[in-house]
Amino acid sequence: MADSFSIPDQMSGRRKFLVAVTSVAGGIAGVAIATPFMMSMMPSERAKAAGAPVEVDISKLEPGMLLMVEWRGKVVWVLNRTPEMLETLVKVENELADPNSEKPQQPEYAQNRTRSIKPEILVTEGVCTHLGCSPVFRKEIAPADLGPDWLGGFFCPCHGSKFDLAGRVYKSVPAPTNMVVPPHVYLSDSRLLIGATSEGSV
Amino acid sequence: MNKIIEWIDKRFPLTSNWKAHLSEYYAPKNFNFWYFFGSLALLVLVNQILTGIFLTMNYKPDAGMAFASVEYIMRDVDYGWLIRYMHSTGASMFFVVVYLHMFRGMMYGSYQKPRELLWLVGMAIFLVLMSLAFTGYILPWGQMSYWGAQVIVSMFGAIPTIGESLQQWVLGDFTLSDVALNRFFAYHVVTLPLIMLVLVFAHILALHEVGSNNPDGIEIKANKNPKTGIPVDGIPFHPYYSVKDIVGVVVFLMVFCGIVFFAPEMGGYFLEYNNFIPANTLQTPDHIAPVWYFTPYYSMLRAVTVNFLWVDAKLWGVILMAASVVIFAFLPWLDRSPVKSIRYKGKYFKTALTLFVISFFVLGWLGTKSPTPLYTLLAQIFTVIYFAFFILMPWYSKIDKTKPEPKRVKE
Repeated sequence: MADSFSIPDQMSGRRKFLVAVTSVAGGIAGVAIATPFMMSMMPSERAKAAGAPVEVDISKLEPGMLLMVEWRGKVVWVLNRTPEMLETLVKVENELADPNSEKPQQPEYAQNRTRSIKPEILVTEGVCTHLGCSPVFRKEIAPADLGPDWLGGFFCPCHGSKFDLAGRVYKSVPAPTNMVVPPHVYLSDSRLLIGATSEGSV
Repeated sequence: MNKIIEWIDKRFPLTSNWKAHLSEYYAPKNFNFWYFFGSLALLVLVNQILTGIFLTMNYKPDAGMAFASVEYIMRDVDYGWLIRYMHSTGASMFFVVVYLHMFRGMMYGSYQKPRELLWLVGMAIFLVLMSLAFTGYILPWGQMSYWGAQVIVSMFGAIPTIGESLQQWVLGDFTLSDVALNRFFAYHVVTLPLIMLVLVFAHILALHEVGSNNPDGIEIKANKNPKTGIPVDGIPFHPYYSVKDIVGVVVFLMVFCGIVFFAPEMGGYFLEYNNFIPANTLQTPDHIAPVWYFTPYYSMLRAVTVNFLWVDAKLWGVILMAASVVIFAFLPWLDRSPVKSIRYKGKYFKTALTLFVISFFVLGWLGTKSPTPLYTLLAQIFTVIYFAFFILMPWYSKIDKTKPEPKRVKE
């Protein structure tokens, strides 16, 4: 029984060679025919073309308010932080995993303590760096479920990751990195463009 | 009639297969309650295929129309509600019977030699079943569909280097969108059911090659009647077990109909309340948890909160979760006990199995709760117990004091 899968000994060298070559050629043909099918599953040209920058008017964004914008199918938050909120950024730094934003999760111009261009306006993707849920904005101080040390920030309901008001991740939570700050630019004082670094570029 | 059968038999192995797999397939005579769940799993599979076919007649795999088409089935299609509830209840009941079926195998050592391949094929079926449940859950395109899929698909992104491209390949887009819904529909109704049917066929073929195990864990083929060549402790599957299984089917259908007609949502465990809200790509629901059958693994995913070695907590969580499912496949080689059945195994194995079952339930319960520091700690403790059951098995199953196996099965 076991022999039915092996090449018989009496087979000539020439025949063995031909069997091997045919098998290899068949294998290559198999891979070749699988390629177009696998490639058809990559993002299509239409999906690649989508993703234009979005313009946001932030003139009506009061201090303490969070605005949600959709960009490339993801949620982007624009948060106008109050002076008290900005103060908390210093206080929580000992509990953060990457307080100086050393990992490249933001453009260079946002690699600072507030992770923003304008200190009070935070622009970040509202996507948890763990498994892609959208965290909840929890601005109240010391709520019952988050403990007495909570100074406001973002809490992910899926797996309990915590971020401060600059989207920086706390230590000992499932999320590995700070939230992503998308490329953005101010076209004027109240006009914000998300997804590009200048009006012309995409 | 006989003439017709004779005519067929000359052209197709009808009678011989009927005999080999039913009327002259000898199963041990001491099967108990635990042996209902294999045939019940087959029954649920048939239910899923039949109800699924009728659901596809009205469902639309389009992000803009999916949610409304499900509501259309529920409200406007005659008996649409019944067909959908049979399908959704069937999904949960599939896991109920498969978990009991697997537990039976663990109790009576059904994975041990010579049934390793039978067990492995079963594990493959389990993986396909999980994929079917996942892809099916996405189809209504409600809040839980969307965010559940988001979490699962993001796991591919945790794989170093290739993660991001792999995730895009899975999604067919840069984010979870209509493209993914459309292809998950194709997986759910074509690819996965086909694989499932082939595997179930292989599972039964492998079972009939080695013969069924039994609650005593001894080989009935070792003791054959010298005249007939039939195992002395065996009885033909048909009519003895086919009739017995019908009793199981009747009881099962009573429970099944009770759920379908009186509690199809099962208090939010079978159909989650948040999934009655259309998918909102901008907001995750405040409380998200998978359906009950995935909660033990989900608990383990989020139990890892520390970086370890050069791997970060996120990847560890994903690795641990994958391992918690795949590790079942190694049971045939982890168990070093000289006996199969729990009836003749010693204290160590009984204790370990009990702890394992407890940790499975506790992790399952924790997975339905929001994470708090206490719950996370509990999840970590029970994750360790869960894995200890498997990893320490080669040691405790070897030194365990076993009882001698009987020569014949007990009446």
